[in-house]
Amino acid sequence: MAEAQLNTYSLNFGPQHPAAHGVLRLVVELSGETIERADPHIGLLHRGTEKLIENKTYAQALPYFDRLDYCAPMAEEHVFALATEKLLGIDVPRRAQFIRVLYAEISRLLSHILNVTSAALDLGAMTPLLWLFEEREILMEFYERVCGARMHANYFRPGGVVYDMPAGLAEDIGKWVDRFPSMLDDMETLLTENRIFKQRTVDIGIVSREQALDHGFAGPVLRASGVPWDLRKAQPYDVYGEMDFDIPIGKHGDCYDRYLVRVEEMRQSLRIIRQCLDKMPEGPVRVQDRKIMAPPRAEMKKSMEGLIHHFKLFSEGFHVPAGETYCAVEAPKGEFAVYLIADGTNKPYRCKIRSPGYVHLSAMDMLTRGHMLADIPAVIGSIDIVFGEIDR
Amino acid sequence: MSQAHQALQELGEYLRAALPQDILSVEVAKGELALVAQRSAIVKVLTFLRDDANCQFKQLMDVCGVDFPSREQRFEVVYNLLSLKQNQRIRVKVCTDESTPVPSVCGVFSSANWFERETWDMFGIPFADHPDLRRILTDYGFEGHPLRKDFPLSGYVELRYDDEQKRVVYEPVKLTQEFRGFDFLSPWEGYAGPLPGDEKAEGKK
Repeated sequence: MAEAQLNTYSLNFGPQHPAAHGVLRLVVELSGETIERADPHIGLLHRGTEKLIENKTYAQALPYFDRLDYCAPMAEEHVFALATEKLLGIDVPRRAQFIRVLYAEISRLLSHILNVTSAALDLGAMTPLLWLFEEREILMEFYERVCGARMHANYFRPGGVVYDMPAGLAEDIGKWVDRFPSMLDDMETLLTENRIFKQRTVDIGIVSREQALDHGFAGPVLRASGVPWDLRKAQPYDVYGEMDFDIPIGKHGDCYDRYLVRVEEMRQSLRIIRQCLDKMPEGPVRVQDRKIMAPPRAEMKKSMEGLIHHFKLFSEGFHVPAGETYCAVEAPKGEFAVYLIADGTNKPYRCKIRSPGYVHLSAMDMLTRGHMLADIPAVIGSIDIVFGEIDR
Repeated sequence: MSQAHQALQELGEYLRAALPQDILSVEVAKGELALVAQRSAIVKVLTFLRDDANCQFKQLMDVCGVDFPSREQRFEVVYNLLSLKQNQRIRVKVCTDESTPVPSVCGVFSSANWFERETWDMFGIPFADHPDLRRILTDYGFEGHPLRKDFPLSGYVELRYDDEQKRVVYEPVKLTQEFRGFDFLSPWEGYAGPLPGDEKAEGKK
């Protein structure tokens, strides 16, 4: 009997690899340097978020969302706040909606800056990261000024936002928005027409329109494949319906197009931020229903009723009427959604988190098959994966 | 109601007429359309939703399990679909229990692959004809299905690095303080059972 000849061998990529963007263990089967099969092993960062949320009140569940996609915390809070509001059947004050849109777009910038520059770093370009992380730090200061935390904000709440913006913050954001496009231009001079960058990304990891739909892609990865779909336009939430912005789409669906789409989305985000700042009305930032959002601290000190409300909200929490909803937002990485089932008590019965990174990574085999081993960092960088949200 | 609500209602009626045997119920609530399908017909229903000219639900956005221990068929598998063309969402549910497999829809939507693996991992719902039904999020060699309602929040095992054996060892969970699940439900609003002291009033009669 002739001996079977195996020409492939397996390689373990990660879980501690700087280009894996977290704890990705990728078992690749190689023939020479060509990838025959890629099998991602995930779950190394699994913290049981969904199980924990089932055991917490709605207010306690919200901070877990910051810890999912830690590159854009507020975009994740947004979806839980919207889903809870939908089940409660409440409307949020307009100023709160503007603040949420403003901070959702700042989150988009945070995420895209991190992704674009670190993907470039994986391909050998270090300068974009050094230049733009300074700007990212300023954005985190904007987070800190509005809620007191750089990353784990816990700022969007069901019923509005927890604090109003402090005086002077809007002006500072405005000044930054005027300044940032030149930084983006500088970064683009380093990357967009760079010969090495294009050699590494053009025609790598091509996703056709049909493949993107079949695999459930969303966000920049879907748009780079030429599908003009953005939940902010198609199913607007908060005040996105009043904003004027464009949806960039790609043509080829390769890594380079995904990079270009993200860069253009950053410019569009700046437009939205500018409009939010210009149009933001005065007024309350949280619903006045004391059964859902706590009264101001001063009132709590003076009014008995205020004290009771405060005590009840921070021990028992509010009750959400029985019902279920699938609520989605356009997070920086794609469609981020929760499927929330309420059973009429103070805790969610089930909270399924649909994260875009999970879906994009599941297509890793399709994206890399037939490519070279060295293309893996380019593909991983271009689908923008963050393990907080994939492993949940 | 609004136009979108109307459109969903019409779509629901249309689906009920097109697949009378396979769809058990149709409901529009909170502006979302949900149908309950026959478990054995899930592949047929999703293929119809994907390919029919009036539906065009080309994207399967999410599959998840839900556990209702009090029901006879304790699990629900929920499929959330999105139609870019109609700008609509639809939710399809099927019921099952621990031992009855649900037909896999990997052949209809590639995105179902990992979602079904996750549902298997978290709930132990088996999927028939799935190409690669391994655990996905839990540890290698993990036992049990953590999102079931009867699985404790703290789990059963914990692990640590043992310096003598030079490897990671698994041990039963030891909590230095007893696990405290606070039940803040107000006795006036949420609690339906007998209150302490009620038995005295009952006894006199």
